[in-house]
Amino acid sequence: MDFSWLQDGFYQEYLIEGFINTLWLLVVSAIGGLMLAVAVAMARLKGPRPLAMLAKGFTIVMRGTPLLVQLFFFYYGVGRLLEGIPGIQDSPIWPILRDPFFYGALTFTLSVGAYSGEVLRGALANVPQGEREAGRAFGMSPFQVFSRLWLPRAIQLCLPTLTGEMILLLKSVPLVSTIALMDLLQAANIIRDETFLVYEPLMLIAGIYLAMTVVLTLVLRQVERHFPGMQPTRRRWLPSRHMEPSSCKD
Amino acid sequence: MDNVSQEGLLDWAGPILQGALTTLEIAVLAYAIGLMLGLIGASARLSPWAPLRGLATVYSTAVRAVPELLLIILLYYAGSQALTALTNAFGLPGQVAINGFVTAVGVLAFVQGAYMTEVLRGAILAIPRGQLEAADAFGFSAWTRFHRIVVPAMLPNALPGMSNLWLILIKDTALISVIGFSELFFTIQQAAASTRAHFLFYAAAGVIYLIITLSSTALFTRLERRVRRGLPHQEEA
Repeated sequence: MDFSWLQDGFYQEYLIEGFINTLWLLVVSAIGGLMLAVAVAMARLKGPRPLAMLAKGFTIVMRGTPLLVQLFFFYYGVGRLLEGIPGIQDSPIWPILRDPFFYGALTFTLSVGAYSGEVLRGALANVPQGEREAGRAFGMSPFQVFSRLWLPRAIQLCLPTLTGEMILLLKSVPLVSTIALMDLLQAANIIRDETFLVYEPLMLIAGIYLAMTVVLTLVLRQVERHFPGMQPTRRRWLPSRHMEPSSCKD
Repeated sequence: MDNVSQEGLLDWAGPILQGALTTLEIAVLAYAIGLMLGLIGASARLSPWAPLRGLATVYSTAVRAVPELLLIILLYYAGSQALTALTNAFGLPGQVAINGFVTAVGVLAFVQGAYMTEVLRGAILAIPRGQLEAADAFGFSAWTRFHRIVVPAMLPNALPGMSNLWLILIKDTALISVIGFSELFFTIQQAAASTRAHFLFYAAAGVIYLIITLSSTALFTRLERRVRRGLPHQEEA
């Protein structure tokens, strides 16, 4: 095992940039994705029929196709189409539309929105009707019922599943190395190509991911513990893969 | 511009279908091997012998904590180097270039086995103890107990997780394109690059994967209904 390349300033910079990009992608897509998930879940439960159908179709397509295919579709497919629009290259948003980070964040946001939206839909549907009626009886507006009662209760029901989704999101981030975005894996690929060392960079990245998974699990566990009304549950260390929505029932 | 886009979807239909077939072959084989690995892993995790339990726990935990793409790349290189070392040790000089198909199946099965271990372990633990004790009381041999009692009693619990893993496996096969083996998504990438109709071909890829996953879901639903026969109905919320 030869780790002498770690001394090299260039490689350190690659790794740090990769690490920062990885974290950023995780944070941006987690926040955007969870907001989208609430919208998708509500659209399916309460939206007018066309909107509910649209949300359902979105969920089926995003959950039924590989994330890598989606990433290529948005980056190469949609990205190239946008390129062809006359005048767009002079517009102020072009630097964003050219950036692979944008497409990575977009794809992950949509993906989290679909998977977590399905989880949330199950949870929202399982909040007893009586609790919402109680809120109305106390004179809350429908929005207040939603933001103070319905949504928090639903999150309470499926928080472990949602935190599991976040760990799965972390593990999807290396896919962006295929669209030439400098994440940790891309940094490792560059180091591998330049030093001809196959294992060491990849092992390092695997170690970093292992550590990140552990840290994220601990952080999310604290979130769960401090969420009002959560029973501290004994949980297994890692989530199993994307759970069926029904796992959110109790 | 126009002369490159004359080659269209139809010209690539043959290779793409071929690629889809390869993807299905990889997935079916990897699933079968992953199922066996999962059975071995689950029995190891439930074994009374601590070292065996520890080994299985390390396998399933480490594989589940590291991103699949990273594992696939790592195992791809590790696999060919390990085989080269092995053949050199037997006195055969030179590099071993492993067949892409074998690597793809091996790597995906290895990852799949770790997840399957957890699914099967949970399902086996959910079997009421009395059923196993009854089998012992009737003097069943270990094998008879396994295939007469354990498997049928565990399947209703395991099948939802197993169908989930199959869908994930189908989607994970696309990752194989990263190591350059020409399955469905690699063929699509080539088609998109050569025709420059990126939007069209990646959308087509999405449709093909969607057809595979949706028909698998339908199949698994029927299978689930079959293994659940005779059990009380689960009320759906």
